[in-house]
Amino acid sequence: MSALSAEPLPRDTEQRSRTDARHDFVFRLLLRFCALLVLAALLGAALSTLWGGREVLFKDGLHFLFSSDWNPVNDQYGALAPIVGTLVTSLIALLLAVPVSFGIALFLTEIAPNWMRGPVSSAIELLAAIPSIIYGMWGLFIFVPFMASIEPTLSDTLGNIPLIGALFQGPPLGLGLLTAGIVLAVMILPFISSVMREVFRTVPARLKESSYALGSTTWEVVWNIVLPYTRSAVIGGIFLGLGRALGETMAVTFVLGNSYNLTASLLMPGTSISSSIANEFNEAVGLHRSALIALGFLLFVVTFIVLLIARFMLRQLARKEGR
Amino acid sequence: MSAVYARRRIVNIIALTLSGFATLIGLFFLVWILWITLQNGLPALKLTLFTKITAYADTGGLANAMVGSLIMDLMALLICAPIGVLAGTYLAEYASSTRLGASIRFLNDILLSAPSIVLGLFVYVIIVIPTTELTGGRISFSGFAGSVALALIGLPVIVRTTDEMLQLVPGTLREAALSLGIPQWKLTLQVLMRAAFSGILTGVLLALARLAGETAPLLFTAFGNNFMTVHPLDKMASMPVTIYQYTNDPNPALHAIAWAGALLITLFVLALSLLTRIMFSRKKVSYE
Repeated sequence: MSALSAEPLPRDTEQRSRTDARHDFVFRLLLRFCALLVLAALLGAALSTLWGGREVLFKDGLHFLFSSDWNPVNDQYGALAPIVGTLVTSLIALLLAVPVSFGIALFLTEIAPNWMRGPVSSAIELLAAIPSIIYGMWGLFIFVPFMASIEPTLSDTLGNIPLIGALFQGPPLGLGLLTAGIVLAVMILPFISSVMREVFRTVPARLKESSYALGSTTWEVVWNIVLPYTRSAVIGGIFLGLGRALGETMAVTFVLGNSYNLTASLLMPGTSISSSIANEFNEAVGLHRSALIALGFLLFVVTFIVLLIARFMLRQLARKEGR
Repeated sequence: MSAVYARRRIVNIIALTLSGFATLIGLFFLVWILWITLQNGLPALKLTLFTKITAYADTGGLANAMVGSLIMDLMALLICAPIGVLAGTYLAEYASSTRLGASIRFLNDILLSAPSIVLGLFVYVIIVIPTTELTGGRISFSGFAGSVALALIGLPVIVRTTDEMLQLVPGTLREAALSLGIPQWKLTLQVLMRAAFSGILTGVLLALARLAGETAPLLFTAFGNNFMTVHPLDKMASMPVTIYQYTNDPNPALHAIAWAGALLITLFVLALSLLTRIMFSRKKVSYE
């Protein structure tokens, strides 16, 4: 063997290993370049919207954020109404979607018989595959009239409760923040419930069995063992849903009513960042267009932060498992 | 039995019943939405949808929108599939434990759920504005810009699936190939890619299912067009944008066409995602 290594490699073998090394180097560079394009896409989205919105962001600054006066005729742009609309609709969506998603995850991991789990969870995930424009059409043609028919009852009952009553007063238009929030809740349901379902499954069986052995009911096991164990990932899943809700465009655009009046009532039409952009961008020129791109920048920054938190929280559980 | 036990059992029964009820709520909305789409879409399905263009409005069809969507979806895949597969390969094979790899993987997951309308604005700023200025307005909104925006939607899906699928390939395969003296690029392209081929294809199909239904990024990149065009630098119609415009129109005849289009697009997307689910149900990929 020592004779082999002492002898110089034949010329063509040496040549070949050199070309191989060169090819490897080029290949590696190409791969790295492609991977860096992912970074470039995110960075580019942030920088380009910042650049496109610079006239409004740097000229008006805080006034842009806190003024509710959006008036393209006078070239006045205050983004408070769309910002509030985005936050309120997303919040309604979370309030409705989180308990329902938790219920679904609980049902699919603890209660449902085995043959039922696969088909039902696939069906719930199909909700995520339906294009958002379909949610918008269903929302506008079917759900809005339905909401209009129950809103008088809502204002007659919930509207009379002292503190939250003001939220449920107004004409029964069907369009509005509450309707948009409910449609969003349906859209983010599959995302939150699939995260919850997956992390609930990672809870070690011995923990649950110990609790059962001590006499816990199924609910007590879920509430006292499963939920605390997966807490960070569950919060991550909720933030993931929130990120989706904040950025959703087409479905809310149809059912929100596109109004810049800020009201306390959830039954009144409103607007959101994404629906303002979708509705007005193609007719906007000059400062108006810049204001809409600035709104896009704002949306991007907020969703980026929310999703960042989501991913960090989701990683916590993976760490705990030693993955 | 003491009151405490009774209370605990009642709480348990109520909670479990509510969770079953929550599942029913989810399924109810799925069935409701699909049923409404079928109910309104089926009667509106006509041959003229496929033969006439949107310029005829309520007596027309969606032919140009279908062609436009087809072209833009395919161009988007042509852009994002090679880049996504190579980037995913980098993450799995070259950077699985480096800091750069970890941060790209992390940011890719964020891009996966980034608001699509912002990606549309991004493409508007970097492609539509420059082409408008350079050509004096001759080329502004274009099918090409639309497909770049769609490619940004599909990219993270493909990166993630490729990354996960390559990690499933057993390490012994790599070791066996390397011990035969094969260079790493050849190992990657001819051994690993082949081993993970079906998984990577799933990723591409998932990406197609996702970008085919997207509307928001096309609004101000491809814009829309009432006439048939196959030229990538023209304004181009697409199914989702046409559905959006027709739904906003007060004319009920246009609503019917929009429902027919909605049905077609839903069937396409659901068929694709069911297909990927059934074909590769053994391999677990989450793409939330």
